[in-house]
Amino acid sequence: MQAFLKTGSSKLSTSKEKVTPSSSSSSKESKDKRKHVPWVEKYRPRCVDDVAYQDEVVAVLKKSLEGSDLPNLLFYGSPGTGKTSTILAAARELFGHEMYKTRILELNASDERGISVVREKVKTFAQQSASGIRPDGKPCPPFKIIILDEADSMTGDAQSALRRTMEKESKTTRFCLICNYVSRIIEPIASRCAKFRFKPLAEDVLKKRLRYICGKEEITCEEEAFTALLDTSEGDLRKAITHLQSASRFKGEETITKDDIYDIAGVVPAEVIDQIIKVCHSDSYEKLDKTIMEQIFNGHSGMQLINQIHDKIVVSDELGDKQKSIICDKLAIVDKYLMDGADEYLQIMALCTTIMQQICHADK
Amino acid sequence: MSLWVDKHRPTSLNKLDYHKDQASRLKMLVQSGDFPHLLVYGPSGSGKKTRIMCLLRELYGSGVEKLRIEQNSFTTPSNKKIEISTISSNYHIEVNPSDAGNSDRVVIQELIKTVAQVNQLETSTQKEFKVVVLTEVDRLTKDAQHALRRTMEKYMATCRLILCCNSTSKVIPAIHSRCLGIRVAAPTIEEISQILQSTCKKEGLNLPLELAKKIAVKSNRNLRRALLMCEACRVQQYPFSPDQEVAEPDWELYLKETAGMIVQQQSPKRLLEVRARLYELLTHCIPPDVIMKGLLQELITNCDGQLKTEVVQNAAFFEHRLQLGQKAIYHLEAFVAKFMAIYKRFFEEGIADLF
Repeated sequence: MQAFLKTGSSKLSTSKEKVTPSSSSSSKESKDKRKHVPWVEKYRPRCVDDVAYQDEVVAVLKKSLEGSDLPNLLFYGSPGTGKTSTILAAARELFGHEMYKTRILELNASDERGISVVREKVKTFAQQSASGIRPDGKPCPPFKIIILDEADSMTGDAQSALRRTMEKESKTTRFCLICNYVSRIIEPIASRCAKFRFKPLAEDVLKKRLRYICGKEEITCEEEAFTALLDTSEGDLRKAITHLQSASRFKGEETITKDDIYDIAGVVPAEVIDQIIKVCHSDSYEKLDKTIMEQIFNGHSGMQLINQIHDKIVVSDELGDKQKSIICDKLAIVDKYLMDGADEYLQIMALCTTIMQQICHADK
Repeated sequence: MSLWVDKHRPTSLNKLDYHKDQASRLKMLVQSGDFPHLLVYGPSGSGKKTRIMCLLRELYGSGVEKLRIEQNSFTTPSNKKIEISTISSNYHIEVNPSDAGNSDRVVIQELIKTVAQVNQLETSTQKEFKVVVLTEVDRLTKDAQHALRRTMEKYMATCRLILCCNSTSKVIPAIHSRCLGIRVAAPTIEEISQILQSTCKKEGLNLPLELAKKIAVKSNRNLRRALLMCEACRVQQYPFSPDQEVAEPDWELYLKETAGMIVQQQSPKRLLEVRARLYELLTHCIPPDVIMKGLLQELITNCDGQLKTEVVQNAAFFEHRLQLGQKAIYHLEAFVAKFMAIYKRFFEEGIADLF
């Protein structure tokens, strides 16, 4: 247990310990150490059954746990929906602690995995044969799993190098590719895998999980704070849990309020957005300039600002469809420019002047 | 003799001059002896680094102030050698990975792994983890940021990251969701003038309130700049007088003149002259985006309402191009030319309307 807590890399202690992580830490020392584990790691699902909300994948993985074969897998979906957790949990259940090291090869973007690594490391690992019997005599699946996490950041060349390997070694090796954007996976690879989309978690599922953690950690949390968490996380459970943990660290024993959550999430206060929209009505460049400058100095991120302006604009009553479409068009451009690394002040000014134009001088 | 900026830098969370609320929260955060990964963001000169150092001091004691500079070299897969200098103490290491340019991913992978894989030997008296401070995270390539993702989770037990950047727009959401974001807003004009006055008092000088205000306004809410300006004023003339001239950086004046030239006349000949001046600015290492913003600010005051929108849109457009492109001068010049065209057309239309 000690070793597990110390090196976060080996999250693979035996399943027995996993079931009761809190009860096993009876001594005071290990209780202290426990604090260092981020809750996202602590409450990672330990078995496939624990995985919330992703029914199709769970069904397939469960079948394979019962002894049937596993296809090559391609998991995709937005961050924090449980892709990595699912496959890690499944792998742990399939192979148990002892065989985990020999049967799983986990590569992610923090490892070097250019074309040379695919050729050497992945290929050698794939070529090893795997027996269908555990050291202790029990049966286990006769294949190894190669997990390629964050596969969308692999180069096209490296992906191409996988193609033949995937087919040739299909007797002994299964691949599991995990990515955020399935469009960045080259077609030949995608067609060799069973694709599973991980949906952003529904609100009630998120809430249930957060409440469970709150109970376990013995922290008090306002009802509104939960709503704020759901708001800011957008279906990303990891984000929600991180925010919750940060808030509890910040507040200590006190009750967590909705403002704390918004503060930690870096959300721009609603008044600021209202003010910007109001200034856009005034048709005065100088006022707009001053307001935006103020917000930039306050350190609000440009991305967050435009996201929230977008939310406001879309539901606004006073703007017509045509005006909205022009503004949204500009919004998309600004978003792309910001991603490319353009200056925040100039981009937001460009957006706001467009809005101002549309509000005050439409149909010209 | 060190500069005032360094000399009077607060060294503990209690001594911070503004955002006291946040400081006490930070204190609470480290009191348990542990904290999550942090992402500190805010405009330059708002005190991000100061806060990070205070935090580390709070955590490890005065040992973090014994700094040494080391040269590390890394080899990329394509056998290219990268030299990068790090500042480190026994407990933390500070790197600016964007120094490595395109190969910053290698630096991230190698450096953090080497730091993180070593456990602290004496866990009973020391903290269990070391801290890696990465500055200018927003300058990191996408590749390097992706490389950070899993590393952050994997080595959580032995290593904490403090990321420091100006804007979170350029930080990928995956990293954002793994960190506790700390926003450091720039100090207000009042706060700056107060700090200036108290600093002067510590130096045994008397700074009139008017002058302090004046410097604060000129500094653009950048505390570091305000302090430097204040020190410059002191060298220029002491005792201070309330109506003393605050020296602006000469490049700013130069830029203003350039903007004036553009408004005066719009012709290819003038464009050529402006080009020479822009080159002059660039060779003096003024960042192109600063030039662009400075130009815009000056030019816009000479424009009519409708025109302003168009000019801003164009500035945004060309600034984006500038970030993507290689050679800044093309884009700056393109903006100037575009402005001239818009301005001239506007005037000609105005004259045509008159007749």
